[in-house]
Amino acid sequence: MGNRPQWGTRAGFIFAAVGSAIGLGNIWRFPGVAYENGGGAFFLPYLFALLTAGIPLLILEFTIGQKYRGSAPLSFARLKKGSEWLGWWQVAISFVISTYYAVIIAWALSYAYFSVGKQWGEEPLNFLIGDYLKVVNPGEVGSLVPGVFFPLIVVWVITLGILFKGVKKGIEAANRIFIPALVILFLVIVVRALTLDGAIDGINAFFKPDWSQIANGKVWVAAYGQIFFSLSIAFAIMVTYSSYLPKKTDLTNNAFITGFANSSFELLAGIGVFAALGFMAMQQNVPIDEVVSSGVILAFAVFPQIINELPAFSVAFGFLFFLCLTLAGLTSLISIVETYIAGIQDKFKVSRTKAVAIGGGLSALISILYATQGGLNYLDTVDAFINNYGVAFAGLVEIIIVVWVARELNQLRDHANAISDIRLGSWWTICLKFITPIILGIMMIMNIMEDLQTSYGGYPVIFNFYFGWLVAIGAIVVGVLFSLIKKWDHNTLEVPKDKEVSK
Amino acid sequence: METSAVVMMVLGIVIIWGGLAASIRHAVKKSKEKSQSNA
Repeated sequence: MGNRPQWGTRAGFIFAAVGSAIGLGNIWRFPGVAYENGGGAFFLPYLFALLTAGIPLLILEFTIGQKYRGSAPLSFARLKKGSEWLGWWQVAISFVISTYYAVIIAWALSYAYFSVGKQWGEEPLNFLIGDYLKVVNPGEVGSLVPGVFFPLIVVWVITLGILFKGVKKGIEAANRIFIPALVILFLVIVVRALTLDGAIDGINAFFKPDWSQIANGKVWVAAYGQIFFSLSIAFAIMVTYSSYLPKKTDLTNNAFITGFANSSFELLAGIGVFAALGFMAMQQNVPIDEVVSSGVILAFAVFPQIINELPAFSVAFGFLFFLCLTLAGLTSLISIVETYIAGIQDKFKVSRTKAVAIGGGLSALISILYATQGGLNYLDTVDAFINNYGVAFAGLVEIIIVVWVARELNQLRDHANAISDIRLGSWWTICLKFITPIILGIMMIMNIMEDLQTSYGGYPVIFNFYFGWLVAIGAIVVGVLFSLIKKWDHNTLEVPKDKEVSK
Repeated sequence: METSAVVMMVLGIVIIWGGLAASIRHAVKKSKEKSQSNA
């Protein structure tokens, strides 16, 4: 299979890592989470979480990938014998996420087209559920929705086309264009939103601190959850991306840049979204809290409504907004798919072309399920469970294995310190040994208790069992099975000393 | 805008965007130092 591919430049790696971290959640999740958890006061737990969990975990994953120079399964197998399953588990989580994430990008692509002529009409929510997605009852598949299926093909052609080209000519080159374009286009949206009537009221609502919330444990868990889910941690991405770094490269400062860049974009998104919500509240003469929402509804129902009410440049605003969603989604989807392409290549010694065709092709095929009339229901449940019980749990297990089972933290710290600009001290060790696992553990327990008390999303229990719990548990089973299929030979488990090449 | 909201906005911008600027500046500085010592 030759030598491992390598990023062309340090900036190329940072663009790719930032591109992975900045996704749909930055635009549609963060503003709502911040508002609901104390507004301006939320920034304190959020910053604390960034510095005690987000950046330390990024440094950990960058160091594991760069030191062991393999996909997540191979890196964990090299780190500790018998840990390969953890890598496959994270890869399986990525696989599941990629199957529905591509569909959301397809919606965004469709809406970029719909924004020309505001084809969603006067009732964007009814248009989304009824006219566009044609949603049926939970558990029913219904027929294929052409309006989702055809843009979905476009999304997969772009994603797999970039991945076929390789690490440097594909992923790095695409992110070097997509990320600056995303930031510039989003800045245009924010500036336009800030010039609208009521924008200041929206920003005031976003930043106004509710200090009574600061003592609420749920707010701190929400802050850790936002940082954790936003940074592409614990689903094999950062380990895979950093495995393409050269032997002598900075790790710690790259993690600081990635972490702060992700949060910077979230803050920008918060300002843009709340300026637009402030305008909408003023137009409808209602308080801000009546128009605040997040996720799919914010992007595909509330924003079209805002676009409908804009006094000028409404089509351009709408088109740019959905183009930004598409770009943010694509850069993340590329990184998610790369995890299993790298895993397949390492494990089965196949060419990159074959790995992209097999892994990406299978994911594209499964994603058609979400392009049906029942797609939204499946997507909602799978997303909630694979995140809460896949990503969060995999992160907790990763920390326990690296820190407490393999006891590799000091060696990893020494490795990072030997090649990095910023030296790691006891801060990093304390965060990873105690703070992060404790908070993640609490988060898990709270999520389990909530989901046991009430059925998620009001869906039937049996529906959540099959498409929630079974999918999340299935990812672990797949992880274990893949680790048993074919044992690595002795040479593969040795960290290669060969010279890296750029591809 | 209320004073408390302005304070939190400025604080958030300074820490988050300032943190990004500082980490990029540090990377550029170190990279220049390395290229000078290699020359």
